[in-house]
Amino acid sequence: MMQVAFGLVAACLLLAALFSIGSKNLVHGVLWLGATLAMTAVLYLMLDAPFLAGIQLLLYVGGVMTLMVFGVMLTRRHADLAVLREQRRKSRGAFVAAALFGTLAGATVTTPGLDAPAAGSATTVELGRALLTEHLLAFEVVSVLLLGALIGSVVLARKRDFGATR
Amino acid sequence: MTPYLLLAAALFCVGVYGLLTQRHGIGILVSIELMVNAANINLVTFAHFRGGTAGPALALFALALTVAEVAVGLAILLLLYRQKGDVQVDDAKELRQ
Repeated sequence: MMQVAFGLVAACLLLAALFSIGSKNLVHGVLWLGATLAMTAVLYLMLDAPFLAGIQLLLYVGGVMTLMVFGVMLTRRHADLAVLREQRRKSRGAFVAAALFGTLAGATVTTPGLDAPAAGSATTVELGRALLTEHLLAFEVVSVLLLGALIGSVVLARKRDFGATR
Repeated sequence: MTPYLLLAAALFCVGVYGLLTQRHGIGILVSIELMVNAANINLVTFAHFRGGTAGPALALFALALTVAEVAVGLAILLLLYRQKGDVQVDDAKELRQ
């Protein structure tokens, strides 16, 4: 039962990822990315991490996706949403990706001890406690970084020509 | 654990393929998202099978970092669009106008 569910989720995830890369229209690509991220949230649920699944839906599907759709809308020229691709680049990219997958899959399959039974994920309570005790420094550094990213993106994107005003 | 790791590897490789073939800035951001997502799946998988709180905590931090990265990336693309009128990354060959 679990295997069938995993197979279905994995197939949907990979198909959505392929569509998000391969679709001719950029808006469709971003929407397929949203589907990929939502399927990843389902995968987190299967891995017994409901808090991460919720965060994934809120941050990625709610935040990043919306941001990207806005990005596409703000930076498009009319009738210029088609994705350009050269055949040469395509075959090279496919070769590199296939070689990388072969290496990774080989390493995964030949590593011993990966079939150990699940030890069980940390509960949300444990995770929250660890965040505010063990990982407190990282937590605070992330908050400073988010503030920096916020200010940085506003400075970059605001409508003022730095060269002209000086 | 192996099927989850193989799935993450496949997802990462789809991202690599997109990164190597796309020339549109937002397409490149989409590919990077896929790759980060694959790494996160690995973190959550190991956390599930090995136990402990370090895995999900790291995955949470990675999520926050990716969101910051997308915000700054889109701001840069917006700036590029204002200056060049396009977001094909091949057009951005110079650091100054």
